[in-house]
Amino acid sequence: MIKYTLRRILLMIPVIIGITFLVHFILMISPGDPAQMIVGPEATLEDIEMKRHELGLDQPQVVQYLKYMWNALHGDFGTSWFQSFNVMTEFSHRLPYTLRLGFLAIIWAVALGIPLGVISAVRHNTIVDYALTVLSLILVSAPAFWIGMMYQVFFSLNLRWLPASGASTWRHYILPALSLGGGVFATNCRTTRTWLLDTLRSDFVRTARAKGNKEVTVVFKHALRNSLLPIITQIGVNFSIIMGGSVITETVYAFPGIGSYLINAVKAKDVPIVMASILVVAVIVGITNLVVDLMYAVVDPRVQLGGK
Amino acid sequence: MENLLEIKDLNVIYKTDEAIVHALNGFTLSVKKGETLGLVGETGAGKTTMCLSTLRLLPDQVGEVVSGSIKYRNIDILKASKKEMLKLRGAEISMIFQDPMSGLNPVMRVGDQIKEVLNLHFPDMSPKDKDARVDEVLTLVGITPERKDQFPHQFSGGMKQRVVIAMALVAEPKLLLADEPTTALDVTIQAQILALMRELKEKFDSAMVLVTHDLGIVAEFCESVAVAYAGEIVESGTIEQVFARDKNHPYTKGLFNCIPDLTSTAPRLTPIPGYMANPRDLPKGCKFANRCAHCTEKCMAAVPEMQEVAPGHFIKCNLFEKGASGQ
Repeated sequence: MIKYTLRRILLMIPVIIGITFLVHFILMISPGDPAQMIVGPEATLEDIEMKRHELGLDQPQVVQYLKYMWNALHGDFGTSWFQSFNVMTEFSHRLPYTLRLGFLAIIWAVALGIPLGVISAVRHNTIVDYALTVLSLILVSAPAFWIGMMYQVFFSLNLRWLPASGASTWRHYILPALSLGGGVFATNCRTTRTWLLDTLRSDFVRTARAKGNKEVTVVFKHALRNSLLPIITQIGVNFSIIMGGSVITETVYAFPGIGSYLINAVKAKDVPIVMASILVVAVIVGITNLVVDLMYAVVDPRVQLGGK
Repeated sequence: MENLLEIKDLNVIYKTDEAIVHALNGFTLSVKKGETLGLVGETGAGKTTMCLSTLRLLPDQVGEVVSGSIKYRNIDILKASKKEMLKLRGAEISMIFQDPMSGLNPVMRVGDQIKEVLNLHFPDMSPKDKDARVDEVLTLVGITPERKDQFPHQFSGGMKQRVVIAMALVAEPKLLLADEPTTALDVTIQAQILALMRELKEKFDSAMVLVTHDLGIVAEFCESVAVAYAGEIVESGTIEQVFARDKNHPYTKGLFNCIPDLTSTAPRLTPIPGYMANPRDLPKGCKFANRCAHCTEKCMAAVPEMQEVAPGHFIKCNLFEKGASGQ
């Protein structure tokens, strides 16, 4: 188990290098010269050239990338090109917001999605099941920014229950978490329903019933645990979706996390910020997937981690 | 001897999206206390459906008992409350399912799966006694008790079937429904498992319905036999009566003709022509009529009556009608 974990952590290194290199490469070949944008429209060619040299933009992309990674390895994530503050400091302010929001979203999406999926499966083809299907369908297919704005209109503007933007109190978290977790809730609900229904029809569940087990025991003790494997996988994927989705949600709610930060940085081609954001998200997603894989072994005795 | 299980004129359907499948059509069967009854018939004859109906475990929203009655001792199974059924299942009536590979919960320790039955039906038993009982029953089926902490995937097919049998027997049920317990196993293991089941059945004095499509197994292990065809019993009697091959339903005869005979010089076996009646669209009369060499217009018109050709030997065929000349 420890050996497996270590190997997986080591395997994360090439993945992270791949992701960051690709992002850096795309940033460099995409049109627009950051140096020109920084010095402004009235600057001379000389000024631009000087700025380019200062930022290291006159060097080949690979060299720039290696330099960046070398510094990052030493804890130096650079300074924002446009706002000249330290990226690391800014991140230490913003990352907790994003993580809090992400966890809130995933917690409600899992805590409600799985039980409602169970109900949907046990009461399949009834009105409850149909209602949940329709709700899931809406949440999964409506665009996140639209859902976000609808919540703002309904809960903030019309009902005046909750604040529409910012992050100063816990109440500010409710709407963003609600819209960020919506799609994930819907997929959890649907996957749980599908997998549990499948398991409920299997032979060993029939055996469990033939032993004289109550239906509740049959569902929770026998069937649900066997359906957990794909559901846990789903939660791992969920986390990646939530990290990606936070870019949109944070923008809609003017939420001070790294999502909204990242989108502004991409627009401005502020390379140090983009690179740091990607690095952080890649590491978080990588760790989540590792935790998910480790949980397989806990849930299913047939999974032998690190086997030959 | 009194009847332990009495199924009378049972009709069961499966409602699928495309059609209604008539799985059991006037299925009548009785099992005496301590008796071993072989239930023979080809795939789709309704053998498993009969077992599931007895436990009231027909698939939810699909399977449905239309009419008829199932009586276990003096309990009307079809009218019993859910609570009563929970008490019957596993404790009074146990079932051994066909496929041992998928019949055990893959994420539960084997010992715990056996112990679960005790937890359910003997709540007063001390944990220590339960463990001892699990060890005992595992030893009985030929598995060392040390293996009880392992998971099903660490067992071979034959071993899994032993676990399933141990699970079915741990509460010493009065009636054991064994649904093709050896079909998924290879021949050498088959004999072992069957011998084991007979031994345990005698030890616990249980009655057993052994569902199979192997007449050889029936001849060797059962006291009486019932032949199912298209959801009804077409012939029933003691082993001696049926296997005498003196008076048989044409279908039973066909089954006998399909058994290879070592002494015969016939170059080919004689199969029963045609296919089993489509359970979605059953004929009005005898369901075997279109495959039967003795078919008459009367057979096509109405379902034949059950005829008692000898005390305890019943055949559902017009050939044996009172006053008819027999074959």
